[in-house]
Parts: sequence; C-alpha cells; structure tokens
Amino acid sequence: MSVKQALLALLEQGPMYGYQLRAEFEQRTGSTWPLNVGQVYTTLARLERDGLVEGTGTDGEGHVGYRVTDAGRGEVSAWFTTPVSRAQPPRDELAIKLALAVTVPGVDVGAVIQRQRSATMAAMQDYTRLKQRAGGHDRGHRHEQGAELAWSMVLDSLVFAAEAEIRWLDHCESRLRRAALEPRTAVTVAQPAQARGEEQVR
Amino acid sequence: MSAPVAGEGSHVMTQVLHLDGVTRIHGEGATEVHALRRVSFSAHAGELIAVMGPSGSGKSTLLTLAGGLDSPTSGTVSVEGCDLAALGNAGRARMRRTSIGYVFQDFNLIPALTAAENVALPRELDGAGRLDARRAALEALREVGIDDLADRFPDEMSGGQQQRVAISRAIVGDRRLILADEPTGALDTDTGEEILALLRARCDAGAAGVLVTHEARHAAWADRVVFLRDGVVVDETGADRVEALLEEGLPG
Repeated sequence: MSVKQALLALLEQGPMYGYQLRAEFEQRTGSTWPLNVGQVYTTLARLERDGLVEGTGTDGEGHVGYRVTDAGRGEVSAWFTTPVSRAQPPRDELAIKLALAVTVPGVDVGAVIQRQRSATMAAMQDYTRLKQRAGGHDRGHRHEQGAELAWSMVLDSLVFAAEAEIRWLDHCESRLRRAALEPRTAVTVAQPAQARGEEQVR
Repeated sequence: MSAPVAGEGSHVMTQVLHLDGVTRIHGEGATEVHALRRVSFSAHAGELIAVMGPSGSGKSTLLTLAGGLDSPTSGTVSVEGCDLAALGNAGRARMRRTSIGYVFQDFNLIPALTAAENVALPRELDGAGRLDARRAALEALREVGIDDLADRFPDEMSGGQQQRVAISRAIVGDRRLILADEPTGALDTDTGEEILALLRARCDAGAAGVLVTHEARHAAWADRVVFLRDGVVVDETGADRVEALLEEGLPG
C-alpha cells in the first residue's frame, strides 16, 4: 500500500503532525489498513529526505509538524493521474490455495470452496452492517461527511471484492462439477461435496 | 404501523415461517424432478433470511411453497404457527391476504390502478372498506417514502418507485412475512440497494423476510444466508448467532 502517497495527499490539506496524519487516514479508511504511528514517522522522515515534505517546527506540545513541498505536490498529482497498475497482481492466497487444492491429491476441493464461501459471505454481511451504520448519520460537519463518504466507499470496495470472490468460487465449483462428470479429464479432481449430510454423488 | 413484536436483540423470538423437511417433486417416474429435498429452516420476527443458489437450485420453489402458492410433496410449511396444508385453499388465500406479502422481480403492479389503489387492493379483497383500505395504503406508501406519488399510475413511475409500491403492497395491513423473489433484479445497483434497505428496515421493525437472490452482495443484507444446490441446503451462514439468540430468548 502506498503510505507515502497517502500521507502526501493528506498534507495537501495543510500542515499536520504524525498522529494527526494517522487519524485523518483512518477516518477515511476505517481500520481496514491500520497504520502505526511509527510507520507514519519513518515515512515522513523518508519524504523529508527526498524533499517531498519539510518540517514546520515543533508546537507547544512537542509535536513535529510537516508540510508538503512543491515537489511533493507534483508527486501527489502524478499519483492521482496515473492508474494503479495491475501488471503485477498482488499475491492472492485463495487463488493459489485452490490452484494447489485441485492438483494436490486427497484435498476435498468442494469443501474448501464451501468453507471459503461461507467465510466470505459472513465478512460481506459485516461490511454491509458497517455501511448501514456509516450511512446512518449523514448530517454533521462537511468535513466529517466527506470522511464518511470516503469510508463508505472503502466499504463498498470490500463488498464488491467479496462479491467477486464469491462469484469466482461459484464458477470454480461448477467447473469442478463439470470436470468430475467428464470422463476424460486430465486432472483427477476430488468430487465437490454435494451437501452437508448427503452422500457424495458418483 | 410496526408490529408489536420487537426484533433483533429482544428476548422474544417469534417464529413466523417454518419449513420442516420440505420436499417438492415435480412430475413422476422417469421424468420426476426433485426441486427441493428435505429443506428445513425458520424465519423469526425481526429476521431477514437470504436464499442463494444458481438457477434451478430450488430458490423460487421454496418461495412459492412459503407463500402457499404451491404445496410440498412431503414435509410441512407453517406461517405464524398454522400448517398451510391444513388450511385448505380458502384459508391459504386468506393467509396470503393477511399475513404474507410477496415482492416480485418485475413488480407485478396492476397498470390500470394507481399506486394507492394497488396497495389498497389486498385490504379491500380482505373486506376492508374503501376509506380504511386507502388510509392503510397511504400509511404503507409513507413507510417506503413515496406517499406523494399515491395517485400516479405505474407507467408514470420509475422502476425503483414501482418496486416501492410493490413493497407497500406486501406490507399493508401489517403483514408479518415478506417474501421477495429477486426484488432488485430489474433495478440498477443504487436503486436496488434502496429497496434492500427498505426490506431490512421492515424486518428490523418486526417482520420476517425471505429474500431470494443470486447476488451475494444483496444476500449480505440478511441476518442469515441459506445456500441451495440442487434443492438441498448445502450451507448456512450466521446460524450460530441466531441460535444463540434463540437460546437466551425462548422461554423454556
């Protein structure tokens, strides 16, 4: 995740110190990607070294503030105008797990799929509840409203990703069933479990 | 017009719909098709249950059985404690007018009637006077936020508005069981979400809902998700939470 660009983008609002940056980041994204304050400070130090931010001195309570430089602004605007690359997709544990499950002997792929689908559905139910709650208090300060919209969009992203995963699992399940019925399949796949408490269909 | 029954989190869980070992076989002999096999589940007041599965998994059969529009080959379907099979045709029809609301994918409004008249119809069929029925209809339309459109005809409304009318028709007269068959299928994503939020709110206010859908994102609005494959319940999420509620909630 691009902590560097996210912090630079937040600093476009005005100078802030580490704890403020962390709070602003989490207000927009929930605790989906928690930042620890140490990570914030090491990132700020690196940004300062690279001339993208500069210190504004220490306030009365000993907080070291930072503001974005012109070079930093350029970096933020380049970030916003460049699409996120999909050339190197992040490692997907589930895809890897299923790819291995269909090829490693003795794994009940159907059961793997079913268990994952339940877990993903349960997570999606949680996101949906959070979203209802986030949408529940629309009134308030403009700034808070913006942050709620941001958080609600992050939740939508989680919901849509979970939905895609479930659709993919459904798709894998029906492919496995078809493969199991097809007599000349190269790979031997374990029969997907038909049902809880039902005997497996041959 | 919320039901006097408290929903989630209360200590009373009223069972509104109960399916016990329900099997439905279409056809006979070599051509017989098992649309549902020994399906059991309950929907309690305050609960929204989603039923998911691919086409042909038995989702819609389940809903028509729950609504008393069809009868199981074996097993029982009970609504508010009454075995639908024991009620007879007239009793089932009455049950559908007073206790069960049905929401369809394509709204199924009567084009020659206004929104209010569509919603008032089940009350009038049930013997309510015209004025009483209209009052109930306006209240139901207000609940879904479109009482200002009461005198419009279906073709003067958007899809989302028509589905709101259909939901009003399903809840008018304080009916406690809402059966929704792909209610967002004909709507865009945002409008669909508004309809789900309405169903959710109605259940939070004390109704029991069963939502048939093939979209996981919509099923996620439910308290429990039942997965059907080839007429069999293969999985269920959220059951633990409900069972825990039942344990602390049910007397005895």
